[in-house]
Amino acid sequence: MDLANILIQLLNSVQYGLLLFLLAAGLTLIFGIMGVVNLAHGSFYMLGAYLAYSLTNTWGNLALAVVVGTLISVTIGWLLEKLLFKHFYHRSHLDQVLLTFGLIYLFEELRSMLWGDDVHSVAVPAVLDWSIHLTDTLSYPAYRLFMLVVCSALALGLWLLISQTKLGMKIRAGAFNSDMAQAMGVNIVRLHSLVFAMGVALATLGGMLIAPLSSVYPYMGSQVLIMCFVVVVIGGIGSVRGALIAALLVGLVDTFGKVLLPQFASMLVYVLMALVLLLKPEGLFKQ
Amino acid sequence: MSTPQAHMETLPRSVQALLSIGLMALLAFPFAGQDFYTQMVTRMMILAIFSMSLDLLQGITGLVSLGHAAYFGLAGYVLAFLSPADTGASWAISLPLAILGAALVALVIGCLVVRTHGIYFIMVTMAFSQMVYFLFFDNKGLGGSDGLYINVRPVALGLDMENKQVLYYFTLVCLVLVYVFLRRLLVSPFGRTLNGIRLNEHRTQALGYDSFSYKLTAFTLAGALAGLAGYLWAAQSGYVNPELMGFHMSAHAIMMVILGGMGNVAGALVGAFGFELFMHVFKDLPQVGGFDLGKHWQLWMGLLIVLVVVIAPQGLMGLLRPGSRAK
Amino acid sequence: MTEPLLKASLLSKRFGGLLAVNGVSLSLYKDQLHAVIGPNGAGKTTLTHLLSGDISASSGELWLKGQSVTGWPHHRLSLNGLGRSYQKTNVFLPLRVWENLLLAAQAKDAYAPYNPLSWWGRTERNPVVVARAERALQMSGLLAWKNTTAAMLSHGIQRQLEIAMVLATEPEVLLLDEPLAGMGAAEAETMIQLLHTLKKDHAMLLVEHDMDAVFALANVLTVMVNGTVIASGTPEAIRNDTHVQAAYLGEASA
Repeated sequence: MDLANILIQLLNSVQYGLLLFLLAAGLTLIFGIMGVVNLAHGSFYMLGAYLAYSLTNTWGNLALAVVVGTLISVTIGWLLEKLLFKHFYHRSHLDQVLLTFGLIYLFEELRSMLWGDDVHSVAVPAVLDWSIHLTDTLSYPAYRLFMLVVCSALALGLWLLISQTKLGMKIRAGAFNSDMAQAMGVNIVRLHSLVFAMGVALATLGGMLIAPLSSVYPYMGSQVLIMCFVVVVIGGIGSVRGALIAALLVGLVDTFGKVLLPQFASMLVYVLMALVLLLKPEGLFKQ
Repeated sequence: MSTPQAHMETLPRSVQALLSIGLMALLAFPFAGQDFYTQMVTRMMILAIFSMSLDLLQGITGLVSLGHAAYFGLAGYVLAFLSPADTGASWAISLPLAILGAALVALVIGCLVVRTHGIYFIMVTMAFSQMVYFLFFDNKGLGGSDGLYINVRPVALGLDMENKQVLYYFTLVCLVLVYVFLRRLLVSPFGRTLNGIRLNEHRTQALGYDSFSYKLTAFTLAGALAGLAGYLWAAQSGYVNPELMGFHMSAHAIMMVILGGMGNVAGALVGAFGFELFMHVFKDLPQVGGFDLGKHWQLWMGLLIVLVVVIAPQGLMGLLRPGSRAK
Repeated sequence: MTEPLLKASLLSKRFGGLLAVNGVSLSLYKDQLHAVIGPNGAGKTTLTHLLSGDISASSGELWLKGQSVTGWPHHRLSLNGLGRSYQKTNVFLPLRVWENLLLAAQAKDAYAPYNPLSWWGRTERNPVVVARAERALQMSGLLAWKNTTAAMLSHGIQRQLEIAMVLATEPEVLLLDEPLAGMGAAEAETMIQLLHTLKKDHAMLLVEHDMDAVFALANVLTVMVNGTVIASGTPEAIRNDTHVQAAYLGEASA
């Protein structure tokens, strides 16, 4: 592989990794703070993608679709938290798995009823529909770079929020010990809603951003969910920093794996996870 | 379900009666029903074995696995690999090998996975089964996404699985054997310890039990029994594909166990039959005012599951129980 | 001088920046009760965890019956004769008292889990295990509650079950973490009687706040403050020790 190819794969790795990070960060925080395992997290990713498809078709403008779509999704997420999830924070993991699995069924069926079962594509916005030439034969799509920039900005924003702001401190306290944080005056109910909304927003954004690249199809939520789980396990539950590093690792292993060892590519990530678990059963950066 | 309950070591009279009647019905069924229904009930029995194998892990030991189907599917693939193109494999050889294969993989994965707890365990079991899924999906040599065909069903010792009645009774015998084995296991020293681990692992260790090796043994046994079910499934359908090892199949197992009620083996059995029945009922729902209720049967299944979780956490068995013992 | 059944040498436990237990040494002898007292947060329970193997020490060594057991997990120590009761009642609540005791009594003789012999048979048909459980039941005065579900027991009876479970494993060393916690006067009296009878044939460690019980039972007293031992000796010597009086006994008069 020559240098230009390596550069492309590296960029793809980081792009994929950051996308996974957006989703995994939400998942790990929701689990770390509320102790809820949310299998339906992937459904918001899917919702984002389908909304991007629908709204872009209606208005022809991806940017507007993203804004409106995110608002819709966050509202749904907020309602779900208030009406359903809130009552499951203290129930067993099994109950949560079952509840959220039931939700997946429901969401997939609703998706089928609203949008059908076909694969849809979302057009890359015209302003980003060009490529940067790296060599005579290789070029890199501008949209991917755009995604890279946006995801980096979101990741940076999240990092700043968590590490530098008062809210971030509350979130970290909540992730470390929810009861203690509450005893120290944190409005835990509001924090829960906020964290849940943030997680949903990130997942939706991820789905919307990826739509032009990966197209929009049934069960795309379940696929990405499993990857998210791997990222969260490797990074350590409750750790956003862990999620970032793990996501980038997974991005690297998966992308380069597909190029170098295509027959075992999909397996490599799990081998990575197995190795991490052998050495550190609680993940790399467990709180 | 949220608060661990003691197990039903003695089943309520109503359940015992139900199971006895059920057994008699199963024994007589092929003589009364058509081939189609014989096949349908065979399928239900196979799923019941799969479901009970998960109950050992989840209901008795308390380990929630989202990747149990890996062992189910693997055993099916073993049969596919051992089946010649134009004759049936010997089940006397291929069945033990399939179970052994499933058990070995469960042992290896178990060594890695049993060290984790709680939510990690759930996630890593899911991840490892996905790994197995992709191994088969991505490799044409292993059948790829298209899967493999078993052209002729297994035969040995005069019992030919091509004969639907033979396969039916073979499966029934396996079902009864697995049920009896697991019911005995529940009250054995091993089973009691698994129960202790489920209720309070820390204290069980403090009493002197090496909980890791207990959990690993349970994990491996459960995998072996899932393998038995998977073999029979492949033998019946004549076809295996990676979906048999996938997330949805694993979730299917969990839902069967939950529907019936965890931890007493009988619930898992009832749940498997119940789940299949519900599914057939939902699929056969008519069109109502232009809306095809039957087509969207997954919606109703989803709602049913949510309902069971919220309202009847002890599943169907919980409803048949006169009153909960531990309050 | 007989050999101690349990000997700890310079045990320390560090949690990040916090030194919870700092170089504690003690020995437990047969037929003796060694009490550990100190204010809350002194590290007494952490020390108990270190001795029982619930957590591993950052440094220091441990010997059980003359054998080096440093770093051994608690299930292994338990099989070798070390029993421990918990400050927070840690019984199997959904199970009956008798079932709790059977599970405890079975541990010593249990076949390995992968041995198919353990997949068959019933514990209640094993005379050795049943006898062991019976003895524990009798000793801790729980006969009347044999078939009661643990969750339905009163707090005091649950504490008795807590002890009974340890006794059912027939240990030689007993580590008891606040067995009297939350008990009324009558219940405490029963427990103190029990502890007194247990002194024979066991090497005991008692962590307690109830000073009457401590002075009635202890042969040796160790006082801990902030993870360190500030005094150790006979009850009389400790009672008269000015450091101890200043640090602890003066404040904790009940």
